[in-house]
Amino acid sequence: MSENTKTYWRGIEELNNTPEFAAHANNEFADNPDFNLDGGNTYRRDFLKVMGFGIAAATLAACETPVRKAIPYLNKPEDIDPTIPNYYSSTYAEGGDYCSIIVKTREGRPIKIEGNKNSSISGGGLSARVGASVLSLYDKERYRSPKISGKNSTWEDIDTLIITKLQDFALAGKQLRIVTNTILSPSLYSALAGFVAKYPNTKVITYDANSASALLEANKLSFGTTVLPSYDFSKANIIVSLSCDFLGTWFAPVEHSNQYVKGRKLSNTKKQMSRHYQFESILSLTGSNADFRTSIKPSQEGIVVANLYNLLADKAGAPKIEVGELKDINNLSKAANDLWNAKGSSLVVSGSNDTNVQIIINSINTLLGNYGNTLSLGTPSYYKKGDDNTMNSFVDELVSGSISGVIFLNANPVYNHPMGAKIKNAISKLELSVSTADRPDETNVLCTYLTPDHHYLESWSDAEIKKGYFSLGQPTISPLFKTRQILDSILTWSGNTTDAYSYITNYWKNNIYSLQTTYQSFQSFWDNTLHDGVFELKNTNAELSFNFNIASVTESINSNYKAASQDIEYILYEKVGMGTGSQANNPWLQEFPEPVSKACWDNYASVSQKFAKEKDLSQGDIIKIDTKNGQTLNLPVLIQPGQASNTIAIAIGYGREVAGKAAIGVGKNVYPLVNTTDNKSKYFGVVSAITKTSENRTIAQTQTHHTLMGRPVVQESTLKEYLKNPEAGRYKPLIKTNQGDKKPEDITMWKTEGLETHNYKNHAWGLIVDLNSCTGCGSCVISCQAENNIPVVGRQEVINRREMHWIRIDRYYSSDADPEDKSLMGYRNMEDPSDNPKVIFQPVMCQHCNNAPCETVCPVLATTHSTEGLNQMTYNRCVGTRYCSNNCPFKVRRFNWFSYYTNTKFAEINPMMDDLGRMVLNPDVTVRARGVIEKCSMCVQRIQLGKLQAKLERRRPIDGEIETACSQSCPADALVFGDMNDPESRISKALADENKERAYHMLEEINVKPSVSYLTKIRNV
Amino acid sequence: MHISSHVRPPLITGGKTLHDITHDISSRVEDMPNKKWLAAFTVSALVLAYGLYCLYRTLWFGIGEWGLNKTVGWAWDITNFVWWIGIGHAGTLISAILMLFRQKWRTSINRAAEAMTIFAVICAASFILAHMGRPWLAYWPLPLPNAFGSLWVNFNSPLVWDVFAISTYFSVSCVFWYLGMIPDLATIRDRAVNPISRFIYGSLSFGWTGGAKDWSRYESVALILAGLSTPLVLSVHTIVSMDFATSVIPGWHTTIFPPYFVAGAIFSGFAMVLTLMIVTRAVYNLEDYITIEHIEYMNKVIILTGCIVGTAYITEFFIAWYSGVEYESYCFINRATGPYWWAYWSMMTCNVISPQLLWIKKIRRSIAATFVVSIIVNIGMWFERFVIIVSSLHRDYLPSSWAMFFPTYVDAGVYLNSFGLFFTLFFLFAKFLPVVNMAEVKAIVKSSSEKISSTQSSPSHVH
Repeated sequence: MSENTKTYWRGIEELNNTPEFAAHANNEFADNPDFNLDGGNTYRRDFLKVMGFGIAAATLAACETPVRKAIPYLNKPEDIDPTIPNYYSSTYAEGGDYCSIIVKTREGRPIKIEGNKNSSISGGGLSARVGASVLSLYDKERYRSPKISGKNSTWEDIDTLIITKLQDFALAGKQLRIVTNTILSPSLYSALAGFVAKYPNTKVITYDANSASALLEANKLSFGTTVLPSYDFSKANIIVSLSCDFLGTWFAPVEHSNQYVKGRKLSNTKKQMSRHYQFESILSLTGSNADFRTSIKPSQEGIVVANLYNLLADKAGAPKIEVGELKDINNLSKAANDLWNAKGSSLVVSGSNDTNVQIIINSINTLLGNYGNTLSLGTPSYYKKGDDNTMNSFVDELVSGSISGVIFLNANPVYNHPMGAKIKNAISKLELSVSTADRPDETNVLCTYLTPDHHYLESWSDAEIKKGYFSLGQPTISPLFKTRQILDSILTWSGNTTDAYSYITNYWKNNIYSLQTTYQSFQSFWDNTLHDGVFELKNTNAELSFNFNIASVTESINSNYKAASQDIEYILYEKVGMGTGSQANNPWLQEFPEPVSKACWDNYASVSQKFAKEKDLSQGDIIKIDTKNGQTLNLPVLIQPGQASNTIAIAIGYGREVAGKAAIGVGKNVYPLVNTTDNKSKYFGVVSAITKTSENRTIAQTQTHHTLMGRPVVQESTLKEYLKNPEAGRYKPLIKTNQGDKKPEDITMWKTEGLETHNYKNHAWGLIVDLNSCTGCGSCVISCQAENNIPVVGRQEVINRREMHWIRIDRYYSSDADPEDKSLMGYRNMEDPSDNPKVIFQPVMCQHCNNAPCETVCPVLATTHSTEGLNQMTYNRCVGTRYCSNNCPFKVRRFNWFSYYTNTKFAEINPMMDDLGRMVLNPDVTVRARGVIEKCSMCVQRIQLGKLQAKLERRRPIDGEIETACSQSCPADALVFGDMNDPESRISKALADENKERAYHMLEEINVKPSVSYLTKIRNV
Repeated sequence: MHISSHVRPPLITGGKTLHDITHDISSRVEDMPNKKWLAAFTVSALVLAYGLYCLYRTLWFGIGEWGLNKTVGWAWDITNFVWWIGIGHAGTLISAILMLFRQKWRTSINRAAEAMTIFAVICAASFILAHMGRPWLAYWPLPLPNAFGSLWVNFNSPLVWDVFAISTYFSVSCVFWYLGMIPDLATIRDRAVNPISRFIYGSLSFGWTGGAKDWSRYESVALILAGLSTPLVLSVHTIVSMDFATSVIPGWHTTIFPPYFVAGAIFSGFAMVLTLMIVTRAVYNLEDYITIEHIEYMNKVIILTGCIVGTAYITEFFIAWYSGVEYESYCFINRATGPYWWAYWSMMTCNVISPQLLWIKKIRRSIAATFVVSIIVNIGMWFERFVIIVSSLHRDYLPSSWAMFFPTYVDAGVYLNSFGLFFTLFFLFAKFLPVVNMAEVKAIVKSSSEKISSTQSSPSHVH
C-alpha cells in the first residue's frame, strides 16, 4: 500500500514548510500584522473597519428578539413526559354543583377538565361552570400568601396568632362560628368535628347562596330526615316541574341532565320518550326543553302546587287543601291526568324555597307512589345542606355582638347573603375574623386574618355526594402560591399535626374501606379509587313513609300566595354560567352566553314582550326598580319571550364589588332583594314602582335574531307523528330540472363519475347532533374554549358581534306567524317570537362540508380538505381576506380582529394576556395571530393523538377512544363523534340504522354535504 | 388626418390655433400653481393625512378598528374597492373602445380620464391591502415561486382572478396613459426654459423627436394597446363581479352580475369623469376643449348605462321571486324593506331615477345639473355595492347569525384616505403633466375648427 501513499499539500507554503508557516499552522485565524489597534499605529482603514464592525454588531445585538427561555428538566419528574398529557381523576364540588372529573395535565399544568365516565352520578358529563373552573386556578387575583390586616405574613406567624386567639376564646368562653357553604367532604367534616371538640364554644353554620333549605326542612317534617332525595328523571315518564330549573341551576344539573335525556332519546329501538310539563315565571333552560310550558307568576306558585295536589287528591280520594281553584292555568289538569296515569313512573319537582310548597310536592310524589321509583330518600343526596334558619340566627347573634369570632370557610356572605350588609358592619367589631377564601371577595377584605385555601386542583379532597357514593380529589399541580388547603388549616388550628393527605387516607381507611369487600388491602382500595375517581356502593336503604298532615299548610299557602295579583313582581334566578357569582372573575364564564337569553357580561331586567309594550320599554332601556322591601336599582331591560307577564327577572351572581378585574362593574348585585319569609330565603318579591330612565345600556348578546323565519334549518316533529313515520318533520328539498325533480345531491356540474362523491380511504370523521337530547346547557362551549385556546373578547366586542366561540348554541323561539306566508308582512310577523314560545337549541360548529364553500374561495389555499373529511384551517397560510367567512353558509368562521393576546385593550379580560393565565393554554393548539381566520377543527389534535396512540399499538382506533372536546363534556350525550367509515362506530350505526330517518344536514338544498348531521327534534305533545 | 362634416359642430371651440392649444395646455404645467390649485391640493393633502392616520390604526391594531363582525366580513372596504375599480373603467373605455370606434370627441378628455383610471385603481388597491388581516403577506396571493414548500395559490378562487385582472388592468392602463403622454411631454420639454424641468421632461419624453417614424410607431402602439385594453374594460369588472357571483350567499350568487357590474362600472366611471372634468375645465379655463358637446355625449352614455343598471336591479328581483328559492327571495325582500332599506332606496333613487332626468336636453346640456347628477350617480353606485355586500351578508342562511353592520370612524377615515389619495394624485397630475392630450386635440382641431379658422379674423371669435 505504501507505494500508493502520496503526499498532498495545500499550498506552496505547506510544501516549503517554512518555520514561519509551521508557527502559524495550528492557529485557526491568521494573525494580521497590520491589524493592531493597541499598537498605536492603526491605519485609518482598519479603524473604519473595526468601527463599522462594532456599530453593525451593536446594532444587530440591539435588534435581537427577546429571548423566551424554555428550561429543560434537569431531573425529569417521573410520569411527566413533555408533549404527553397525563390524566388524573378528581372531584369538583362547589355550591350544589358536583362532578367527578378527569383533569388533563400537560408538563405538570392542569389545562382541561373532562367528565369522568366512571361516575354513575355525573356520567362523564360536565357543566359549563365545572369546565371553566380550571381557569380559576390561574387567576392572577389569587392571594399569594397568608395576610394579616392586609399585609403579607407567614403561615407560622398567622397560625400562632390564630391559635392564641382560639385558645383565649376557649378559656374566656367566647363564641366562635365557622361559616361555610355546603361541604361535601366527609374528612373535612371530621376535621371540623375535631375542631369543635377542641374549641367547644364553636358552631359550624352552613348556608347556601341559592338555598334549598325549604326542601331539606320539608323532608324533615314529612319524612323525618334532613336530606335531599335522589332523583331519577330517566325513570320518569311524566315530569312536572314547578319553577325548578333542574337542568340548569337547581342542584346537580349534570346528573339531572344525564338522566333527563335518557328518557328523551329516541331511536328505532326506543320509541318512547318522557313528557315534560313546566310551570314557571322565567323562561329557564329547563322550561325551554319542556313539552308543555305555562308561565305563572311567582306569587301563584303555592296555589298552583296546591291545585295540582287537589286535582290528584281528587283522583286518589285523599284530603284536599283548601285553596282557591285555579281555572286559567293552562295544562295543569292535563298534567294531573298524565301524572295519575303514570303513577309510580312520574316525578314532580319544585324549585321553591318555601317549606310548605315542598311538603305539598312531597305529598304529591307520595300520592303518585313515586318514592322508591323516580325519587328516593333511601339514597339521600347531599348537594345542598345550607340551613336558612341557623344562618339567620347567626346573623342576629353577630349583629347583637354575642359572637366574638368568625371563620369564613370559603364563604362570602357579605356578598351572597340577603343580610350581607348587616354582616359587613359586624365583621369589623369581631375580635377574630378569619377567611380562607383564595382570592379577594367582599367578605375577606374585611377580615383580619386571611388564610387562603388552595384551588381545588391543588388539593387533596374527598366527597360523599349521596349516601354510599364517594369520590376522591387529588392535586394535579404543586401549589402555585403560598396557600394552604382548608383541611390543613382546620387541622393545624385544632392542634392536629396530620397533613391533609394523611388525614384523608386515614379517614378512608377507618370509615370507608370497611364498607366494601372487593379489595383486600387498603392500599389497593385507595389506589383503585383514586384511579377511578369514585367509589360507589349503590346499596339503597328502605324508603321512608310520608307522615304529615297536609291540611296544616293551608293557612300558610293562602297567606303567602295569591291566585291572581296585579302587582309587578320580581324574581331572582341563577344564570347557567355565572351561578351564584363565586366564579365571577372567570372570564370564560362572563363571556358564556346564557343559554336562553344569549346574553353575557351583564345581568339585566328580563320582562315579557307584553309588559315591554305596556310600559313602552325597549331592549337596553335602563329602568329604575323600587322594590317593596326598600331596595332600588337601575338595570337595562331585556325583552324575554316566555317571561310571565308583570314580572321582572334578575340574575343573582353579578355586581361583585371585590373580585378580580373581569368581574368588577359587571351587572348589579341583587342579593339584597332576597326576602325572608318563615325564616327561608324567598327569591321573589313585589316591585313597588318601575321608572324608565333616559339612559340606555346595550346588552351584549351573541344572537340577536330569535326566530327561524320559516326556514328548515331546524327540523322538528311530534312524537305522535314520529311514531307514524320516523321521517316526520324532515324537510327534503327537491330541485326542479328539465329531467324532473331531483335531489340537490344529484345535481352536479361535473360529468365525471366519482368526482362529486367524496371517498375517504381511511377515516371519515363526523358528528351527530341529536336535537332531542341537547338541552342547550352550553357545557360544550366552555369545553371547546378550554381545549382550543379560544380568546375572551369582552363585552364591547360581543356587542360588536365578534365573540370567538367555535361552537355556539343557536336558540330559536317559535313564532305565531304562519311560516308559509312568504309575503312582506308574513316575514315581518315571523320576526316576532310568541309570547310563550317553544324553544329549540341547535349546537352549530364547523360543519366540515365536503363541498366546502370556504375552500374554493381562499386565494392562498389556507383552508383545505383533509383526506379524512375534515375542513382544515392553516393559520400560517391565512392572509385574512375573510372571503371564506363570508361564503360560509353557517357563519362558523371567526376572524382575529385584534391581536387578542398582546393588545392591552384585552388585558383585564383575556387570560392569555398574563403569564399565569397563559398556563391554561393547550400546547397542542396554536394561539392564533391577529388577522387570521379560525374555526372548529373537530379537535384535530385529539384525533391525531388517538391515531398515533393506535398506531403505536398497531391497531385501528377504537370507536369512542377519540372524542372531541364538545362531545366529551356533553352531559346529555347529544353529540356523537366518530369515524363514519367504521361500520361498527356509534355514528355509523345511528346514521345507517338507529336514527337514519331523523338524520339531516343543514341547508341540504345548497349541497355543501356537511360531515355534521342533525337528528330531528321530537316533542312529546 | 381627420375629416369631419361641416355640418357637425366643432369639437374644439374658440377658434383655437395649434399654437393656442400648445400654450393653453402647457402653460398650466409651466406657470406657478394658481391659488385655486393650491387650495384644492392642500385640502386633499389634509384629507389624506387624516385618512393615513385611520389607515395606520387599521394596520397597527387590526381590522377590528372597523365595524365588521363575524357575519359581515366585508363592508366598506370591498364596497370602496369595487366602487373605485368601477370608476376607473371610464378611462379605459374612453381611451380604448372610443379610440377604436374613432370617436374623436374623446381626445380632449381621455388623458384626464386615463389618469383617473390609474389613480382609481391605486385607491382600489389600497383597500385590497387594507382589508387583509395580514397585509404584510399581501404578496401571497401572487403565484410566485417560493420556499414555503412549493405552496401555490388557489386558482379556483375569484380573489386570485382578481389579482390577475387588476394587475393586468393597472399595468396596461399605466403604459397606455404614459405612452399617450410622450409627445406632449416632448412639447413641454421643448418649451421648457428651466434646465431642471428640461431635464426631467426630457427624460420623461424618452427622446421623442416628432419625426414621422416616431409618429408611426406611436400610432401603432396606441392601436395595439387599445386593442389590448378593450377586453379589459369588460373583463376586469366581470371578474370583480365573480367575487360575489361564484359564492353561495343569496344576493351574491347571481349570474347576471358580470354585465350588470360592467354597465355599472361604466356608469359610475363616466359620472366620475364628468365630476372631475367639470371642475378641471372651470379651474383651468378649458371650456373650449371640454365643451358642452363633450358633456352631452357623456351624459348620453350615463343614460344608457343607467338604464342597463336599472334593468339589472329589476331583473334580480324578478329572478329572486321566479326562482322560488326561499333564501334568495328573502334576501331581496330584506334589501328593499329590511334594516338597510334606506341604502337600497338611496341606490334606486340615485342610479335609476336621477339619470332619467338626462333625457331632457336642457338638463343634459346644463353644467350645473350634470355636475349634480354625476355626484348623485357616484353616491348611488357606492350604495349599490354597499347594498350588494352588506345587505346580502347581514342576513344570510341561518337567522341565528344575522347581524347589523355599523361603520366606525376608522371605516370612514379609510374611505376618506382614498379620496385624499385620489385627489392629491389628481392635482399633482393636473399641475405637472398635461391634462389634455395636445397631440390628439391638434389632430382634430384642424378639421373641426376649420370653419371657424377660416373666419378667424371675425372679432366675435377672438377670445
